[in-house]
Amino acid sequence: MSGRILHIASNTFREAVRDRVLYNLIVFALLMCGAAILVGQISIDIERLVVVNLGLTAISIFGIVIAIFIGIGLVSKEIEKRTLYTVLSRPVRRWEFIAGKFFGLAGTLIVNTFFMAIGVFAALLYVSHHFQASDAGVLVALYFIILQFLIIVALALFFSSFSSPLLSAIFAFALFIIGTFAEDLRGFAALTHGAERWLATGAAYLVPNISALNVISQVAHGEPVAGQLILYNTGYALLYSAMVLFGAILIFEHRNLK
Amino acid sequence: MSAIEILGLEKTYPVGFWRKRPKRALKPLSLTIEEGEIFGFLGPNGAGKTTTLKMLMGLVFPSGGTARILGRPIGDPAMQAQIGFLPEQPYFYDHLTPRELLTYYGQLSGLTTKEAERKVPEMLDRVGLRDAANVQLRKFSKGMLQRVGIAQSILHNPKVVFLDEPMSGLDPMGRHEVRDLIEQLKHEGKTIFFSTHILSDAEALCDRVAILHLGELRKVGAVADLTSAIGGRIELVWRGATIPQAFSALGAECHATGDTVRALVPESSQEAAMEALRREGLRLISLTPLRTSLEDYFVSQVKPSEATAGGKP
Ligand SMILES: Nc1ncnc2c1ncn2[C@@H]1O[C@H](COP(=O)(O)OP(=O)(O)OP(=O)(O)O)[C@@H](O)[C@H]1O
Ligand SMILES: [Mg+2]
Repeated sequence: MSGRILHIASNTFREAVRDRVLYNLIVFALLMCGAAILVGQISIDIERLVVVNLGLTAISIFGIVIAIFIGIGLVSKEIEKRTLYTVLSRPVRRWEFIAGKFFGLAGTLIVNTFFMAIGVFAALLYVSHHFQASDAGVLVALYFIILQFLIIVALALFFSSFSSPLLSAIFAFALFIIGTFAEDLRGFAALTHGAERWLATGAAYLVPNISALNVISQVAHGEPVAGQLILYNTGYALLYSAMVLFGAILIFEHRNLK
Repeated sequence: MSAIEILGLEKTYPVGFWRKRPKRALKPLSLTIEEGEIFGFLGPNGAGKTTTLKMLMGLVFPSGGTARILGRPIGDPAMQAQIGFLPEQPYFYDHLTPRELLTYYGQLSGLTTKEAERKVPEMLDRVGLRDAANVQLRKFSKGMLQRVGIAQSILHNPKVVFLDEPMSGLDPMGRHEVRDLIEQLKHEGKTIFFSTHILSDAEALCDRVAILHLGELRKVGAVADLTSAIGGRIELVWRGATIPQAFSALGAECHATGDTVRALVPESSQEAAMEALRREGLRLISLTPLRTSLEDYFVSQVKPSEATAGGKP
Protein backbone atom coordinates (compact mmCIF):
# COMPACT_ATOMS: atom_id res chain seq x y z
CA MET A 1 0.00 0.00 0.00
CA SER A 2 1.41 3.39 -0.88
CA GLY A 3 2.47 5.61 1.99
CA ARG A 4 -0.11 8.23 1.14
CA ILE A 5 -2.99 5.75 1.22
CA LEU A 6 -1.77 4.60 4.62
CA HIS A 7 -1.59 8.18 5.94
CA ILE A 8 -5.10 8.96 4.68
CA ALA A 9 -6.39 5.72 6.18
CA SER A 10 -4.86 6.40 9.57
CA ASN A 11 -6.21 9.93 9.59
CA THR A 12 -9.67 8.53 8.84
CA PHE A 13 -9.27 6.07 11.69
CA ARG A 14 -8.12 8.80 14.05
CA GLU A 15 -11.09 10.97 13.10
CA ALA A 16 -13.53 8.15 13.82
CA VAL A 17 -11.92 7.46 17.18
CA ARG A 18 -11.94 11.13 18.17
CA ASP A 19 -15.56 11.40 17.08
CA ARG A 20 -16.17 8.83 19.80
CA VAL A 21 -17.29 6.11 17.44
CA LEU A 22 -15.73 3.46 19.66
CA TYR A 23 -18.05 4.49 22.49
CA ASN A 24 -20.52 2.05 20.98
CA LEU A 25 -18.30 -0.60 22.57
CA ILE A 26 -19.50 0.45 26.00
CA VAL A 27 -23.12 -0.05 25.00
CA PHE A 28 -22.19 -3.38 23.50
CA ALA A 29 -20.33 -4.47 26.63
CA LEU A 30 -23.34 -3.61 28.80
CA LEU A 31 -25.59 -5.53 26.44
CA MET A 32 -23.40 -8.64 26.58
CA CYS A 33 -23.11 -8.53 30.37
CA GLY A 34 -26.82 -8.13 30.74
CA ALA A 35 -27.53 -10.99 28.33
CA ALA A 36 -25.00 -13.32 29.95
CA ILE A 37 -26.41 -12.72 33.41
CA LEU A 38 -30.01 -13.07 32.25
CA VAL A 39 -29.59 -16.28 30.28
CA GLY A 40 -27.56 -17.71 33.13
CA GLN A 41 -30.86 -18.00 34.92
CA ILE A 42 -32.69 -19.81 32.10
CA SER A 43 -31.97 -23.27 30.70
CA ILE A 44 -28.43 -24.56 30.17
CA ASP A 45 -29.05 -25.66 26.55
CA ILE A 46 -30.10 -22.39 25.07
CA GLU A 47 -27.49 -20.22 26.83
CA ARG A 48 -24.93 -20.66 24.10
CA LEU A 49 -27.54 -20.19 21.41
CA VAL A 50 -28.71 -16.91 22.91
CA VAL A 51 -25.24 -15.52 23.57
CA VAL A 52 -23.96 -16.29 20.06
CA ASN A 53 -27.11 -15.12 18.34
CA LEU A 54 -27.42 -11.94 20.30
CA GLY A 55 -23.70 -11.13 20.29
CA LEU A 56 -23.15 -11.63 16.59
CA THR A 57 -26.37 -9.88 15.58
CA ALA A 58 -25.42 -6.89 17.73
CA ILE A 59 -21.92 -6.80 16.26
CA SER A 60 -23.37 -6.85 12.79
CA ILE A 61 -25.97 -4.12 13.49
CA PHE A 62 -23.53 -1.82 15.29
CA GLY A 63 -21.02 -2.24 12.48
CA ILE A 64 -23.51 -1.66 9.68
CA VAL A 65 -24.77 1.49 11.35
CA ILE A 66 -21.22 2.81 11.75
CA ALA A 67 -20.26 1.79 8.21
CA ILE A 68 -23.23 3.63 6.74
CA PHE A 69 -23.20 6.72 8.93
CA ILE A 70 -19.50 7.36 8.64
CA GLY A 71 -19.19 6.00 5.12
CA ILE A 72 -21.71 8.41 3.62
CA GLY A 73 -19.76 11.41 4.94
CA LEU A 74 -16.30 10.21 3.96
CA VAL A 75 -16.27 12.04 0.65
CA SER A 76 -19.25 14.39 0.70
CA LYS A 77 -18.33 15.92 4.05
CA GLU A 78 -14.82 16.65 2.84
CA ILE A 79 -16.18 18.29 -0.29
CA GLU A 80 -18.75 20.24 1.72
CA LYS A 81 -16.22 21.49 4.28
CA ARG A 82 -13.55 21.99 1.62
CA THR A 83 -10.99 20.02 3.61
CA LEU A 84 -10.22 18.26 0.34
CA TYR A 85 -8.67 21.34 -1.28
CA THR A 86 -5.48 21.13 0.73
CA VAL A 87 -5.28 17.36 0.28
CA LEU A 88 -5.88 17.06 -3.45
CA SER A 89 -3.60 19.99 -4.29
CA ARG A 90 -0.80 17.84 -2.88
CA PRO A 91 0.70 14.90 -4.75
CA VAL A 92 -2.27 12.74 -3.78
CA ARG A 93 -4.19 11.12 -6.61
CA ARG A 94 -7.94 11.03 -6.32
CA TRP A 95 -8.07 7.24 -6.34
CA GLU A 96 -5.56 7.18 -3.49
CA PHE A 97 -7.88 9.39 -1.49
CA ILE A 98 -10.83 7.02 -2.03
CA ALA A 99 -8.70 3.98 -1.26
CA GLY A 100 -7.33 5.61 1.90
CA LYS A 101 -10.82 6.47 3.10
CA PHE A 102 -11.99 2.92 2.43
CA PHE A 103 -9.15 1.30 4.33
CA GLY A 104 -9.46 3.81 7.16
CA LEU A 105 -13.10 3.06 7.82
CA ALA A 106 -12.66 -0.66 7.21
CA GLY A 107 -9.82 -0.62 9.73
CA THR A 108 -11.96 1.22 12.26
CA LEU A 109 -14.66 -1.43 11.88
CA ILE A 110 -12.21 -4.29 12.19
CA VAL A 111 -10.80 -2.87 15.43
CA ASN A 112 -14.31 -2.28 16.70
CA THR A 113 -15.35 -5.83 15.80
CA PHE A 114 -12.24 -7.23 17.43
CA PHE A 115 -13.14 -5.71 20.79
CA MET A 116 -16.75 -6.83 20.49
CA ALA A 117 -15.60 -10.33 19.60
CA ILE A 118 -13.61 -10.46 22.81
CA GLY A 119 -16.85 -9.57 24.59
CA VAL A 120 -18.74 -12.40 22.91
CA PHE A 121 -16.09 -14.96 23.77
CA ALA A 122 -15.94 -13.71 27.35
CA ALA A 123 -19.71 -14.13 27.59
CA LEU A 124 -19.46 -17.63 26.07
CA LEU A 125 -16.83 -18.58 28.61
CA TYR A 126 -18.97 -17.18 31.37
CA VAL A 127 -22.07 -19.20 30.45
CA SER A 128 -20.41 -22.51 29.50
CA HIS A 129 -17.14 -22.30 31.49
CA HIS A 130 -15.02 -23.69 28.65
CA PHE A 131 -14.65 -23.34 24.87
CA GLN A 132 -15.71 -26.12 22.53
CA ALA A 133 -14.71 -27.03 18.98
CA SER A 134 -17.85 -25.55 17.45
CA ASP A 135 -16.86 -22.11 18.78
CA ALA A 136 -14.54 -21.89 15.79
CA GLY A 137 -17.72 -21.36 13.80
CA VAL A 138 -18.21 -18.10 15.67
CA LEU A 139 -14.87 -16.90 14.25
CA VAL A 140 -16.06 -17.75 10.76
CA ALA A 141 -19.30 -15.85 11.33
CA LEU A 142 -17.28 -12.85 12.55
CA TYR A 143 -15.13 -13.05 9.46
CA PHE A 144 -18.23 -13.00 7.26
CA ILE A 145 -19.56 -10.02 9.19
CA ILE A 146 -16.35 -8.15 8.42
CA LEU A 147 -16.76 -9.06 4.75
CA GLN A 148 -20.25 -7.53 4.90
CA PHE A 149 -18.74 -4.36 6.36
CA LEU A 150 -16.30 -4.10 3.44
CA ILE A 151 -19.19 -4.26 1.00
CA ILE A 152 -21.27 -1.71 2.91
CA VAL A 153 -18.36 0.72 3.31
CA ALA A 154 -17.66 0.49 -0.41
CA LEU A 155 -21.33 1.13 -1.20
CA ALA A 156 -21.57 4.07 1.20
CA LEU A 157 -18.41 5.57 -0.33
CA PHE A 158 -19.80 5.00 -3.80
CA PHE A 159 -23.05 6.83 -3.11
CA SER A 160 -21.25 9.52 -1.16
CA SER A 161 -19.06 10.29 -4.17
CA PHE A 162 -22.01 11.74 -6.07
CA SER A 163 -25.05 12.26 -3.84
CA SER A 164 -25.98 13.97 -0.60
CA PRO A 165 -25.36 12.23 2.74
CA LEU A 166 -29.07 11.63 3.34
CA LEU A 167 -29.66 10.03 -0.06
CA SER A 168 -26.45 8.04 0.27
CA ALA A 169 -27.60 6.69 3.62
CA ILE A 170 -30.97 5.70 2.18
CA PHE A 171 -29.43 4.00 -0.86
CA ALA A 172 -26.79 2.14 1.12
CA PHE A 173 -29.23 1.00 3.77
CA ALA A 174 -31.80 -0.07 1.17
CA LEU A 175 -29.21 -2.11 -0.70
CA PHE A 176 -28.16 -3.76 2.53
CA ILE A 177 -31.74 -4.74 3.37
CA ILE A 178 -32.46 -5.99 -0.15
CA GLY A 179 -29.12 -7.80 -0.03
CA THR A 180 -30.25 -9.86 2.93
CA PHE A 181 -32.87 -11.33 0.56
CA ALA A 182 -30.44 -11.67 -2.36
CA GLU A 183 -30.80 -15.44 -2.55
CA ASP A 184 -34.60 -15.23 -2.58
CA LEU A 185 -34.36 -12.63 -5.34
CA ARG A 186 -32.16 -14.92 -7.41
CA GLY A 187 -34.61 -17.74 -6.93
CA PHE A 188 -37.47 -15.50 -7.91
CA ALA A 189 -35.64 -14.28 -11.01
CA ALA A 190 -35.22 -17.87 -12.17
CA LEU A 191 -39.01 -18.27 -12.21
CA THR A 192 -39.61 -15.48 -14.73
CA HIS A 193 -39.32 -15.70 -18.52
CA GLY A 194 -37.94 -13.82 -21.51
CA ALA A 195 -36.66 -10.27 -21.20
CA GLU A 196 -38.07 -10.05 -17.72
CA ARG A 197 -35.82 -12.88 -16.69
CA TRP A 198 -32.76 -11.04 -17.94
CA LEU A 199 -33.74 -7.92 -16.05
CA ALA A 200 -34.67 -9.69 -12.85
CA THR A 201 -31.51 -11.82 -12.90
CA GLY A 202 -29.38 -8.75 -13.59
CA ALA A 203 -30.95 -6.89 -10.70
CA ALA A 204 -30.68 -9.88 -8.37
CA TYR A 205 -26.98 -10.22 -9.08
CA LEU A 206 -26.31 -6.49 -8.82
CA VAL A 207 -27.56 -6.46 -5.24
CA PRO A 208 -24.88 -7.48 -2.72
CA ASN A 209 -25.38 -11.04 -1.58
CA ILE A 210 -25.59 -10.33 2.13
CA SER A 211 -27.68 -13.44 2.76
CA ALA A 212 -24.76 -15.76 1.91
CA LEU A 213 -22.63 -13.81 4.37
CA ASN A 214 -25.00 -14.38 7.24
CA VAL A 215 -24.31 -17.66 9.08
CA ILE A 216 -25.18 -16.42 12.53
CA SER A 217 -28.04 -18.78 13.33
CA GLN A 218 -26.15 -21.69 11.77
CA VAL A 219 -23.14 -21.25 14.06
CA ALA A 220 -25.37 -20.46 17.02
CA HIS A 221 -26.76 -23.97 16.62
CA GLY A 222 -23.24 -25.32 16.48
CA GLU A 223 -23.45 -26.38 12.81
CA PRO A 224 -20.17 -26.18 10.87
CA VAL A 225 -19.64 -23.83 7.95
CA ALA A 226 -18.42 -25.43 4.71
CA GLY A 227 -14.87 -24.51 3.69
CA GLN A 228 -16.14 -23.93 0.18
CA LEU A 229 -18.50 -21.21 1.40
CA ILE A 230 -15.62 -19.46 3.14
CA LEU A 231 -13.66 -19.40 -0.09
CA TYR A 232 -16.66 -18.35 -2.16
CA ASN A 233 -17.64 -15.57 0.23
CA THR A 234 -14.09 -14.22 0.46
CA GLY A 235 -13.78 -14.04 -3.31
CA TYR A 236 -17.26 -12.59 -3.69
CA ALA A 237 -16.92 -9.86 -1.06
CA LEU A 238 -13.48 -8.75 -2.26
CA LEU A 239 -14.57 -8.66 -5.88
CA TYR A 240 -17.85 -6.91 -5.13
CA SER A 241 -16.28 -4.19 -2.97
CA ALA A 242 -13.44 -3.70 -5.45
CA MET A 243 -15.94 -3.17 -8.28
CA VAL A 244 -18.00 -0.73 -6.23
CA LEU A 245 -14.85 1.17 -5.18
CA PHE A 246 -13.78 1.27 -8.78
CA GLY A 247 -17.12 2.86 -9.64
CA ALA A 248 -16.68 5.39 -6.84
CA ILE A 249 -13.22 6.26 -8.15
CA LEU A 250 -14.48 6.65 -11.73
CA ILE A 251 -17.12 9.13 -10.58
CA PHE A 252 -14.85 10.98 -8.20
CA GLU A 253 -12.03 11.32 -10.76
CA HIS A 254 -14.29 13.48 -12.90
CA ARG A 255 -15.91 15.58 -10.23
CA ASN A 256 -15.49 19.31 -10.03
CA LEU A 257 -15.05 20.21 -6.39
CA LYS A 258 -17.51 22.86 -5.27
CA MET B 1 11.39 28.03 -17.79
CA SER B 2 8.49 30.11 -16.48
CA ALA B 3 7.06 29.22 -13.10
CA ILE B 4 3.46 29.39 -14.27
CA GLU B 5 2.19 29.43 -17.82
CA ILE B 6 -1.53 29.79 -18.36
CA LEU B 7 -2.73 29.26 -21.92
CA GLY B 8 -6.32 30.15 -22.71
CA LEU B 9 -7.64 28.65 -19.49
CA GLU B 10 -11.41 29.10 -19.24
CA LYS B 11 -14.33 27.90 -17.18
CA THR B 12 -18.05 27.81 -17.78
CA TYR B 13 -20.26 26.50 -14.99
CA PRO B 14 -23.71 25.13 -15.69
CA VAL B 15 -26.08 26.85 -13.26
CA GLY B 16 -29.73 26.39 -12.42
CA PHE B 17 -31.44 23.30 -11.15
CA TRP B 18 -33.55 22.21 -14.08
CA ARG B 19 -32.67 24.14 -17.21
CA LYS B 20 -28.91 24.53 -16.96
CA ARG B 21 -27.73 27.88 -18.24
CA PRO B 22 -24.02 28.33 -18.83
CA LYS B 23 -22.31 30.80 -16.51
CA ARG B 24 -18.99 32.05 -17.74
CA ALA B 25 -16.76 32.35 -14.69
CA LEU B 26 -13.52 32.82 -16.61
CA LYS B 27 -13.00 33.86 -20.20
CA PRO B 28 -9.89 32.44 -21.91
CA LEU B 29 -7.01 33.65 -19.77
CA SER B 30 -3.36 33.65 -20.75
CA LEU B 31 -0.64 34.71 -18.34
CA THR B 32 3.01 33.90 -17.78
CA ILE B 33 4.65 34.27 -14.40
CA GLU B 34 8.40 34.08 -14.13
CA GLU B 35 10.35 32.31 -11.43
CA GLY B 36 11.01 34.44 -8.37
CA GLU B 37 8.16 36.87 -9.04
CA ILE B 38 5.53 38.01 -6.60
CA PHE B 39 2.47 38.20 -8.77
CA GLY B 40 -0.77 39.81 -7.61
CA PHE B 41 -4.06 38.60 -9.01
CA LEU B 42 -6.57 41.37 -8.44
CA GLY B 43 -10.25 41.73 -9.13
CA PRO B 44 -13.55 42.53 -7.45
CA ASN B 45 -15.81 39.84 -5.99
CA GLY B 46 -16.82 37.29 -8.54
CA ALA B 47 -14.05 38.22 -10.97
CA GLY B 48 -12.91 34.62 -11.33
CA LYS B 49 -9.77 34.62 -9.15
CA THR B 50 -10.69 31.60 -7.06
CA THR B 51 -11.94 29.76 -10.13
CA THR B 52 -8.56 30.25 -11.79
CA LEU B 53 -6.69 29.01 -8.73
CA LYS B 54 -8.95 25.98 -8.35
CA MET B 55 -8.30 25.01 -11.95
CA LEU B 56 -4.54 25.38 -11.49
CA MET B 57 -4.75 23.15 -8.42
CA GLY B 58 -6.67 20.46 -10.28
CA LEU B 59 -9.74 20.82 -8.07
CA VAL B 60 -11.99 21.99 -10.87
CA PHE B 61 -11.58 20.94 -14.49
CA PRO B 62 -11.17 23.70 -17.10
CA SER B 63 -13.73 24.02 -19.90
CA GLY B 64 -10.85 24.87 -22.19
CA GLY B 65 -7.20 25.78 -22.33
CA THR B 66 -4.23 24.43 -20.41
CA ALA B 67 -1.66 25.51 -17.91
CA ARG B 68 1.80 24.41 -16.93
CA ILE B 69 3.38 24.92 -13.55
CA LEU B 70 7.14 24.45 -13.35
CA GLY B 71 6.88 23.11 -16.88
CA ARG B 72 4.49 20.32 -15.92
CA PRO B 73 0.76 19.95 -16.61
CA ILE B 74 -2.01 20.48 -14.06
CA GLY B 75 -2.42 17.53 -11.70
CA ASP B 76 1.07 16.11 -12.22
CA PRO B 77 2.12 14.70 -8.81
CA ALA B 78 5.80 15.57 -9.34
CA MET B 79 4.74 19.19 -9.82
CA GLN B 80 2.25 19.10 -6.96
CA ALA B 81 5.02 18.07 -4.56
CA GLN B 82 6.71 21.39 -5.36
CA ILE B 83 3.82 23.78 -4.96
CA GLY B 84 1.87 25.08 -1.98
CA PHE B 85 -1.74 26.24 -1.89
CA LEU B 86 -3.72 28.31 0.57
CA PRO B 87 -7.43 28.16 -0.28
CA GLU B 88 -9.85 31.01 0.31
CA GLN B 89 -11.28 30.86 3.88
CA PRO B 90 -9.45 27.64 4.63
CA TYR B 91 -10.98 24.95 6.76
CA PHE B 92 -9.18 21.92 8.10
CA TYR B 93 -9.82 18.63 9.84
CA ASP B 94 -10.99 20.02 13.14
CA HIS B 95 -10.33 16.85 15.10
CA LEU B 96 -6.61 17.49 14.71
CA THR B 97 -4.24 19.92 16.39
CA PRO B 98 -2.09 22.15 14.16
CA ARG B 99 0.90 19.95 14.95
CA GLU B 100 -0.91 16.81 13.83
CA LEU B 101 -2.44 18.49 10.80
CA LEU B 102 0.86 19.84 9.56
CA THR B 103 2.58 16.49 10.14
CA TYR B 104 -0.14 14.76 8.14
CA TYR B 105 0.07 17.28 5.30
CA GLY B 106 3.86 17.09 5.31
CA GLN B 107 3.63 13.33 4.89
CA LEU B 108 1.15 13.68 2.04
CA SER B 109 3.58 16.08 0.35
CA GLY B 110 6.30 13.47 0.54
CA LEU B 111 8.19 14.46 3.68
CA THR B 112 9.35 11.57 5.83
CA THR B 113 7.81 11.43 9.30
CA LYS B 114 11.19 12.52 10.73
CA GLU B 115 11.47 15.53 8.44
CA ALA B 116 7.89 16.49 9.18
CA GLU B 117 8.48 16.28 12.92
CA ARG B 118 11.48 18.59 12.61
CA LYS B 119 9.82 21.12 10.31
CA VAL B 120 6.43 21.39 11.96
CA PRO B 121 7.50 23.18 15.16
CA GLU B 122 9.64 25.60 13.11
CA MET B 123 6.68 26.38 10.92
CA LEU B 124 4.33 26.85 13.87
CA ASP B 125 6.80 29.40 15.27
CA ARG B 126 7.03 31.12 11.95
CA VAL B 127 3.29 31.76 11.75
CA GLY B 128 2.96 32.60 15.45
CA LEU B 129 1.08 29.53 16.59
CA ARG B 130 3.61 28.05 18.99
CA ASP B 131 1.29 28.39 21.97
CA ALA B 132 -1.66 26.84 20.17
CA ALA B 133 0.28 23.91 18.71
CA ASN B 134 -1.64 21.32 20.69
CA VAL B 135 -5.13 22.80 20.67
CA GLN B 136 -7.74 21.11 18.47
CA LEU B 137 -8.48 23.17 15.37
CA ARG B 138 -12.19 23.28 16.18
CA LYS B 139 -11.30 25.84 18.85
CA PHE B 140 -9.46 28.14 16.45
CA SER B 141 -10.50 31.63 15.40
CA LYS B 142 -10.69 32.61 11.75
CA GLY B 143 -7.36 34.40 11.82
CA MET B 144 -5.68 31.46 13.53
CA LEU B 145 -7.02 29.11 10.85
CA GLN B 146 -5.64 31.47 8.24
CA ARG B 147 -2.23 31.15 9.88
CA VAL B 148 -2.47 27.36 9.87
CA GLY B 149 -3.41 27.67 6.21
CA ILE B 150 -0.31 29.68 5.46
CA ALA B 151 1.85 27.23 7.40
CA GLN B 152 0.55 24.23 5.47
CA SER B 153 1.13 25.99 2.16
CA ILE B 154 4.85 26.47 2.74
CA LEU B 155 5.70 23.56 5.05
CA HIS B 156 7.21 21.31 2.39
CA ASN B 157 9.41 24.10 1.01
CA PRO B 158 7.57 24.46 -2.30
CA LYS B 159 8.98 26.37 -5.26
CA VAL B 160 5.72 28.05 -6.19
CA VAL B 161 3.15 29.19 -3.64
CA PHE B 162 -0.47 29.99 -4.52
CA LEU B 163 -2.34 32.04 -1.95
CA ASP B 164 -6.03 32.89 -2.30
CA GLU B 165 -6.57 36.06 -0.27
CA PRO B 166 -3.81 35.40 2.26
CA MET B 167 -4.58 38.51 4.33
CA SER B 168 -8.27 37.94 4.82
CA GLY B 169 -9.38 37.43 8.38
CA LEU B 170 -6.10 38.68 9.83
CA ASP B 171 -5.71 41.53 12.29
CA PRO B 172 -3.37 44.43 11.35
CA MET B 173 -0.44 42.69 13.06
CA GLY B 174 -1.19 39.49 11.25
CA ARG B 175 -1.41 41.25 7.92
CA HIS B 176 1.92 42.84 8.53
CA GLU B 177 3.45 39.48 9.43
CA VAL B 178 2.08 37.86 6.31
CA ARG B 179 3.50 40.65 4.18
CA ASP B 180 6.90 40.09 5.74
CA LEU B 181 6.57 36.39 5.24
CA ILE B 182 5.75 36.80 1.55
CA GLU B 183 8.82 38.97 1.17
CA GLN B 184 10.96 36.37 2.92
CA LEU B 185 9.62 33.71 0.60
CA LYS B 186 10.66 35.82 -2.35
CA HIS B 187 14.15 36.12 -0.87
CA GLU B 188 14.26 32.37 -0.61
CA GLY B 189 13.72 32.35 -4.37
CA LYS B 190 10.12 31.20 -4.39
CA THR B 191 7.48 32.34 -6.83
CA ILE B 192 4.34 33.69 -5.22
CA PHE B 193 0.99 34.01 -6.93
CA PHE B 194 -1.64 35.57 -4.72
CA SER B 195 -5.12 36.94 -5.16
CA THR B 196 -6.38 39.84 -3.13
CA HIS B 197 -8.79 42.75 -2.90
CA ILE B 198 -6.46 44.63 -0.61
CA LEU B 199 -4.75 46.86 -3.12
CA SER B 200 -2.26 48.43 -0.77
CA ASP B 201 -0.86 44.97 -0.06
CA ALA B 202 -0.54 44.25 -3.74
CA GLU B 203 1.07 47.61 -4.32
CA ALA B 204 3.60 47.09 -1.56
CA LEU B 205 4.52 43.53 -2.49
CA CYS B 206 4.00 42.71 -6.11
CA ASP B 207 6.45 42.82 -8.95
CA ARG B 208 3.53 42.59 -11.33
CA VAL B 209 -0.22 42.46 -11.04
CA ALA B 210 -3.06 41.31 -13.25
CA ILE B 211 -6.49 42.85 -13.00
CA LEU B 212 -9.38 40.54 -13.66
CA HIS B 213 -12.96 41.69 -13.99
CA LEU B 214 -16.08 39.67 -14.84
CA GLY B 215 -13.90 36.76 -15.83
CA GLU B 216 -11.84 38.82 -18.20
CA LEU B 217 -8.23 39.94 -17.97
CA ARG B 218 -8.17 43.75 -18.07
CA LYS B 219 -4.50 44.57 -17.54
CA VAL B 220 -1.18 43.00 -16.64
CA GLY B 221 1.95 44.85 -15.72
CA ALA B 222 4.25 46.29 -13.12
CA VAL B 223 2.41 48.43 -10.57
CA ALA B 224 4.42 51.54 -11.50
CA ASP B 225 3.66 51.16 -15.21
CA LEU B 226 -0.04 50.76 -14.62
CA THR B 227 -0.36 53.71 -12.29
CA SER B 228 1.72 56.09 -14.39
CA ALA B 229 -0.49 55.28 -17.35
CA ILE B 230 -3.47 57.13 -15.96
CA GLY B 231 -1.45 60.22 -15.07
CA GLY B 232 -1.34 61.96 -11.73
CA ARG B 233 -3.20 64.96 -10.43
CA ILE B 234 -2.05 68.11 -8.74
CA GLU B 235 -3.64 69.62 -5.71
CA LEU B 236 -3.63 73.44 -5.65
CA VAL B 237 -4.68 75.48 -2.64
CA TRP B 238 -5.06 79.29 -2.75
CA ARG B 239 -6.39 82.10 -0.61
CA GLY B 240 -9.55 83.93 -1.66
CA ALA B 241 -13.01 82.61 -2.41
CA THR B 242 -12.85 83.06 -6.19
CA ILE B 243 -12.45 80.26 -8.67
CA PRO B 244 -11.11 81.44 -12.03
CA GLN B 245 -13.37 80.75 -15.03
CA ALA B 246 -10.62 78.82 -16.78
CA PHE B 247 -10.72 76.07 -14.13
CA SER B 248 -13.93 74.48 -15.27
CA ALA B 249 -12.47 74.07 -18.76
CA LEU B 250 -9.45 72.31 -17.22
CA GLY B 251 -11.64 69.66 -15.68
CA ALA B 252 -10.72 70.75 -12.18
CA GLU B 253 -12.50 69.57 -9.10
CA CYS B 254 -12.83 72.54 -6.69
CA HIS B 255 -13.84 72.74 -3.03
CA ALA B 256 -14.15 76.12 -1.34
CA THR B 257 -13.80 76.24 2.46
CA GLY B 258 -13.90 79.62 4.23
CA ASP B 259 -11.43 81.80 2.41
CA THR B 260 -9.38 79.04 0.81
CA VAL B 261 -10.06 76.95 -2.24
CA ARG B 262 -8.68 73.49 -2.89
CA ALA B 263 -8.62 72.30 -6.49
CA LEU B 264 -7.56 69.04 -8.09
CA VAL B 265 -6.37 69.39 -11.66
CA PRO B 266 -4.81 66.89 -14.04
CA GLU B 267 -1.02 66.97 -14.09
CA SER B 268 -1.07 68.06 -17.74
CA SER B 269 -2.98 71.26 -16.97
CA GLN B 270 -0.69 72.39 -14.19
CA GLU B 271 0.77 75.31 -16.18
CA ALA B 272 -2.59 76.55 -17.42
CA ALA B 273 -4.02 76.48 -13.90
CA MET B 274 -1.11 78.44 -12.44
CA GLU B 275 -1.44 80.97 -15.24
CA ALA B 276 -5.15 81.44 -14.51
CA LEU B 277 -4.45 82.02 -10.80
CA ARG B 278 -1.79 84.61 -11.60
CA ARG B 279 -4.12 86.47 -13.97
CA GLU B 280 -6.76 86.73 -11.22
CA GLY B 281 -4.10 87.78 -8.69
CA LEU B 282 -4.83 84.87 -6.35
CA ARG B 283 -2.14 83.80 -3.93
CA LEU B 284 -1.11 80.15 -4.11
CA ILE B 285 -0.59 78.51 -0.74
CA SER B 286 0.45 75.04 -1.80
CA LEU B 287 0.94 72.77 -4.76
CA THR B 288 1.09 69.03 -4.16
CA PRO B 289 1.47 66.34 -6.79
CA LEU B 290 -0.80 63.40 -5.89
CA ARG B 291 0.60 60.05 -6.81
CA THR B 292 -1.97 57.71 -8.32
CA SER B 293 -2.32 54.61 -6.31
CA LEU B 294 -3.15 51.18 -7.56
CA GLU B 295 -6.50 51.84 -5.95
CA ASP B 296 -7.23 54.73 -8.30
CA TYR B 297 -6.13 52.65 -11.20
CA PHE B 298 -8.28 49.76 -10.12
CA VAL B 299 -11.31 51.97 -9.75
CA SER B 300 -10.70 53.45 -13.18
CA GLN B 301 -10.58 49.95 -14.65
CA VAL B 302 -13.48 48.55 -12.76
CA LYS B 303 -16.46 50.88 -12.87
CA PRO B 304 -18.51 50.60 -9.71
CA SER B 305 -21.71 49.90 -11.63
CA GLU B 306 -20.10 46.94 -13.36
CA ALA B 307 -18.50 45.74 -10.17
CA THR B 308 -21.83 45.10 -8.50
CA ALA B 309 -23.18 43.39 -11.61
CA GLY B 310 -20.36 40.87 -11.35
CA GLY B 311 -20.71 40.30 -7.63
CA LYS B 312 -21.97 37.14 -6.10
CA PRO B 313 -25.70 36.96 -5.39
N1 LIG C 1 -19.42 26.11 -8.39
C1 LIG C 1 -19.90 27.16 -9.07
N2 LIG C 1 -21.03 27.07 -9.76
C2 LIG C 1 -21.51 28.11 -10.46
N3 LIG C 1 -20.93 29.31 -10.53
C3 LIG C 1 -19.79 29.49 -9.85
C4 LIG C 1 -19.21 28.44 -9.08
N4 LIG C 1 -18.08 28.90 -8.52
C5 LIG C 1 -17.97 30.17 -8.91
N5 LIG C 1 -18.98 30.54 -9.70
C6 LIG C 1 -19.17 31.85 -10.34
O1 LIG C 1 -18.00 32.19 -11.01
C7 LIG C 1 -17.70 33.57 -10.87
C8 LIG C 1 -16.30 33.74 -10.36
O2 LIG C 1 -16.23 33.29 -9.03
P1 LIG C 1 -14.87 33.25 -8.20
O3 LIG C 1 -15.16 32.57 -6.93
O4 LIG C 1 -13.79 32.72 -9.05
O5 LIG C 1 -14.62 34.80 -7.92
P2 LIG C 1 -13.49 35.52 -7.06
O6 LIG C 1 -12.78 36.41 -8.01
O7 LIG C 1 -12.69 34.53 -6.33
O8 LIG C 1 -14.37 36.37 -6.07
P3 LIG C 1 -14.16 36.75 -4.52
O9 LIG C 1 -13.31 37.93 -4.52
O10 LIG C 1 -15.53 37.05 -4.04
O11 LIG C 1 -13.55 35.56 -3.84
C9 LIG C 1 -18.76 34.14 -9.95
O12 LIG C 1 -19.72 34.80 -10.74
C10 LIG C 1 -19.37 32.94 -9.30
O13 LIG C 1 -20.73 33.15 -9.04
MG1 LIG D 1 -12.31 34.20 -4.39
